[in-house]
Amino acid sequence: FQVGLLVSVKRFFLFLFEIRVKPDKSGVVTDGVKHSMNPFCEIAVEEAVKLKEKKLIKEVVAVSCGPQQAQETIRTALAMGADRGIHVQVAGKDYENLGPLQVSKIMAALAKKEEAQLVILGKQAIDDDCNQTGQMTAALLDWPQGTFASEVSFEGDKLKVVREIDGGLETITINTPAVVTADLRLNTPRYATLPNIMKAKKKKIAIMKPEDLGVDITSRVEVLRVDEPPQREAGVKVETVQDLVGKLKDSGLV
Amino acid sequence: MAATGPLARICRLSSIICRNHCLKYNIGGQRRGIASCIDPAHGLTDEQKEFQKVAFDFAANEMAPHMAEWDQQEIFPVETMRKAAQLGFGGIYVHPDVGGSGLSRLDTSVIFEALSTGCVSTTAYVSIHNMCAWMIDTFGNTEQRERFCPDLCSMEKFASYCLTEPGSGSDAASLLTSAQLKDDHYILNGSKAFISGGGDTDVYVVMCRTGGKGPKGISCLVVEKGTPGLNFGKKERKVGWNSQPTRAVIFEDCAVPVSNRLGEEGQGFTIAMRGLNGGRINIASCSLGAAHASVLLARDHLLVRKQFGETLSNNQFLQFKLAEMATKLVASRLLVREAASALQENRSDAVSICSMAKLFATDECFNICNQALQMHGGYGYLKDYAVQQFVRDVRVHQILEGTNEVMRMIISRNLLSES
Repeated sequence: FQVGLLVSVKRFFLFLFEIRVKPDKSGVVTDGVKHSMNPFCEIAVEEAVKLKEKKLIKEVVAVSCGPQQAQETIRTALAMGADRGIHVQVAGKDYENLGPLQVSKIMAALAKKEEAQLVILGKQAIDDDCNQTGQMTAALLDWPQGTFASEVSFEGDKLKVVREIDGGLETITINTPAVVTADLRLNTPRYATLPNIMKAKKKKIAIMKPEDLGVDITSRVEVLRVDEPPQREAGVKVETVQDLVGKLKDSGLV
Repeated sequence: MAATGPLARICRLSSIICRNHCLKYNIGGQRRGIASCIDPAHGLTDEQKEFQKVAFDFAANEMAPHMAEWDQQEIFPVETMRKAAQLGFGGIYVHPDVGGSGLSRLDTSVIFEALSTGCVSTTAYVSIHNMCAWMIDTFGNTEQRERFCPDLCSMEKFASYCLTEPGSGSDAASLLTSAQLKDDHYILNGSKAFISGGGDTDVYVVMCRTGGKGPKGISCLVVEKGTPGLNFGKKERKVGWNSQPTRAVIFEDCAVPVSNRLGEEGQGFTIAMRGLNGGRINIASCSLGAAHASVLLARDHLLVRKQFGETLSNNQFLQFKLAEMATKLVASRLLVREAASALQENRSDAVSICSMAKLFATDECFNICNQALQMHGGYGYLKDYAVQQFVRDVRVHQILEGTNEVMRMIISRNLLSES
């Protein structure tokens, strides 16, 4: 079963970083902060490479949308085992306004162009936690989707996906071509090895613009303000249940 | 940022636990804060940053959580080191045709510096192993390279470097272990002291006397574990470096085939010193990693610990002390990396600058770790806190691979020799 696979990777702060809001409240401070691949994207890449190692996939193409630094993230995916990369250049204000709808349009266009049979993404990015790109991509392509995957396997030419849902685990079978989004327990991403990092240097990264794919990336959403969550306030101790009910009524909660 | 994902929850939980039990570790070198003046990624190429990232991730995930246990239980972490070897860390500067990674001395320094943030003692042993693999790769003939290097690069087998004897440390050229030629074997008699890995390793690179007195009479033989006449002393009890066993290696009429000799008779001392040039950069790099980790631990402590109504980070003496520590760390790092480049390019000053780098970095980094311990106050003295292990582990770097006094000898000889 020889298919091509697109895996989408996103770059953001190293996941244990403390976030600070910019003084003008327009966003978060990004200058000089250590960046790396979104953890769920790492899991997606690992799954893609595993499927290739099992010879179920012919080729893994890593895609990232963003400024020049997005190539670092693609290189990491290449060092983990992806075959080639595609960097869709989006910079400056366009990048700040780039949201799931725009990225999913780009992914859909690329999936058609590359004739991919499978698109894997992380379930959400840890900057906006939108959890939308995978689902939107599937909708735009009119492909089935297996989201929050904790297990993926092929059954004939169909895809069996075990999904993590609120009630437990749900197993579905979907046709290919399909979109899958990776959840935390899908796998443990491998370390890149020194030889693979060096080999990754020679792998190709194609560079293109959204216009080349016929995609319009104007945003329908405008960020008005970014605030830190409210500081946790001290609690209040009460003597009796009557007092408690009284206080709850006063604050309009009851 | 919605903190409801399981990933975010785990990281918040672990950072709270870390603060209380205080066995802290560093992800990618920094747990908090914006870009740091001591970031070890400054000045590196993109590829070197990739190597560094893998090494930091490995150190944080596979080594740091076990660092204290390995030290206290004196465990030689064979499985972890083999995992490291799978990533290419078993023969970093060995040729790829025999299983090595073929990287430069600077790449190597960057990698060992990052790994040391996870466990200095284990990384130091890995660097000694790398040094031995390189010696065989460089001075061995085709048959020897193919026989030994692949297993060493994969860490299927482990190596030890045997130069020091009970009677010859700094005066290494006066070593007495003799190797008498008899037909197609050398018969070894004598003993080596303080051998890292001794007794648990498989391949021993031994400097022994085949000829007359002085350095020109010394040859280099590879002795394999299990050879009759190869015995070991008791495991030494050390202040640090406890994740590697240290034993005397004893030869009693130990017969080693001539085909195990690296290079020519009389070339052994040169081979040993050439190995040590790189070894000194590696050990200095391990000190850098420890100092880096210690500065971060000290900084985190200063931001949390309160006395006299405010956090210690508001105390000017401690601010200035931290700044001095950071400055000396970066200065050490620059000297070590410059020495690595000099060695890689075979520059005429390579030997002296490697000695300077080893001298400076090991001294300064020990002081940095020690001051970091002091900043922790009483807590710094408890084994629950990692900083004391960094101090104990790097103390020996000022002594082995050539004492810092011998480093001064090498440098002053370069300055004062007439020719």
